[in-house]
Amino acid sequence: MSEIEFLSWVRGPGFEIATIIFVAGVVIRVSEIFLLGRKKNLAEAKGSEMKGGLHTILSRSIPDKSTLQRSTFKIVSGYIFHIGLFITICFFAPHILLVKELTGISWPSLPTAIIDASAVVSIITLVVVLIHRLRNTVLKFLSTSGDYLVWLLTILPLITGYMAFHRIGMSAPSMLAIHILSIELLLVAFPFTKLMHAFTLPIARWYNGAISAYRGVES
Amino acid sequence: MSASLEKGINALKKEVDSTVAAFFSSCVNCGMCADACLFYTEAGCPARTPINKTEPLRRIWKQEYTLLGRIGKLLGLNKPIDHDFLQRWEKLVYDSCTLCGRCSMVCPVGIDITAMIRKTREGMAAAGHAPEGLIGATKRAVETGSPMGVKLPALLAVIAHVEKDTGLKVPVDVEGAEYMLLLSSMEIMNFPEFIEAIAKIFDKAGASWTISTEAFEATNSGIQIGVSDIAAALVQRIVDAAEKLKVKTVISPECGHAYMAIRWDGPNLIGKSFNFKVRHILEVLDELRKDGRLKITGKETQKLTYHDPCQISRRGGVIDQPRNLINTFADNFIEMPDAGKMNWCCGAGGGVSTNERADELRLKVFQRKKDQLDKIKPDAIISACSNCRIHLEDGLEEYNMDIPLMSLTETLAEHLEE
Repeated sequence: MSEIEFLSWVRGPGFEIATIIFVAGVVIRVSEIFLLGRKKNLAEAKGSEMKGGLHTILSRSIPDKSTLQRSTFKIVSGYIFHIGLFITICFFAPHILLVKELTGISWPSLPTAIIDASAVVSIITLVVVLIHRLRNTVLKFLSTSGDYLVWLLTILPLITGYMAFHRIGMSAPSMLAIHILSIELLLVAFPFTKLMHAFTLPIARWYNGAISAYRGVES
Repeated sequence: MSASLEKGINALKKEVDSTVAAFFSSCVNCGMCADACLFYTEAGCPARTPINKTEPLRRIWKQEYTLLGRIGKLLGLNKPIDHDFLQRWEKLVYDSCTLCGRCSMVCPVGIDITAMIRKTREGMAAAGHAPEGLIGATKRAVETGSPMGVKLPALLAVIAHVEKDTGLKVPVDVEGAEYMLLLSSMEIMNFPEFIEAIAKIFDKAGASWTISTEAFEATNSGIQIGVSDIAAALVQRIVDAAEKLKVKTVISPECGHAYMAIRWDGPNLIGKSFNFKVRHILEVLDELRKDGRLKITGKETQKLTYHDPCQISRRGGVIDQPRNLINTFADNFIEMPDAGKMNWCCGAGGGVSTNERADELRLKVFQRKKDQLDKIKPDAIISACSNCRIHLEDGLEEYNMDIPLMSLTETLAEHLEE
């Protein structure tokens, strides 16, 4: 396979396969949750489940003071790499162009210098997060192969994207193909790993807030 | 209680619902729950990380209710759920967790970890992996009505005493009373002053109340050990008595888990809504205060603080009422750091105090409470749970701290206008 053939495969069939697995997988995983259902609470309510649930979806993004002091590193590093990923994925001009080609929707991009910086910050933070995971007794204990796999699948698109943009290493088409392939791997693994939290987090937070609000406590 | 692995696995399966699935699907193994758990912060050991305590339930969910898990099952790739595995989790699920709920408030993805540890206990107990102390208490609760084996004659003797001391009638089995008071065995045996206080307060407020001789025990070992059938049977006794006496409101006493059992779990355990209200004694007292039926006189000048019992505050929603009440008699009230819904557990709730095997551990984790108290150095601590109170006294003695404990209801009664 020549590098051009490789690039057109990852852009064509490869991308389609990955997208199908991603979408089908996510739909299955989310359906698995809701199909289980939940019993109606028969105790006299003290607050609104809906209000509490929606409140916690937002409020849980902001830790209370004592939690911030106790889990400073986890919270700060978590915020940095998530924001970095968000900026890099959503505001890089070629990414927006891709979305526009697929859906017709577009929005303004950010200057490449900012994208560049956010990608580098994300990469560095992810490396630091990995070191922390390997050294912290609780994280070392909790971590499974899935955690390390997800780490790898998350950092690869950042690194390959950075290399493709700065024309480091291979020829441009090969590097771009590898970058796209790395994203496809991420998409394929997405429904079957903890990456799913991107979709299930609002559900979990809603339940947490609803359970608590029912008893009259803001969670 | 005949137990078997099969029963344990079935009990765990019964606990899986959409909340459990959403919670486990969202965990990113960040470990923040460990930082929120006094059993980890004070006693170390990463296995005590709250989310790890739910591993038996997680395995059942993964293997039975997810596509990947079911494929794994077909291929024989799944981790086993056997006696050996459950045995290893017993101390994590029962000795190292008071179901205090602090982890559930901190989890960034919103997992109600405590609710899932409570669910895990259902499987552990059914499989025969519950601590001896809790099994004994549960048996006594089923057989005698009380986890401490306190029977009716003992209660009647205490009531006779209270009537003699106060000159007030303690109404027993009175039909149509507004309130039916429940008690914990701990109050009957160790704190009869509580009944005395209620008699005085209700007399002054002109509230009609009663104690049922058929259901006076408020505590519920069934929810601590995690056997829903037993928990439901204990709740049903109270429901039957309340319906028989046609009372408007059942009062849960100064006990944390009793409130959770009757107020929040009760109707769900027996599968039907109550036709009476359930209120914590602090809610009732605060209502009386608002209605101007509670006349308080004299001020406590010493520096007072309030220890929030987890099941009453964070898990129960009774947070403002104790503060409103304390402010009626306290001149110098001071909050501990993290007070209110983020308060730290005393270390002995959720069945831990009934489990002798955990005695050393509960005293060790009391260090957290000690640190909180050291920051404000109060002259006395007020609480609203006899179990917290007993353990706080134990802990204070262990750490050579000389701070007296006060019951909120009893202190209020001392400040009633003559």
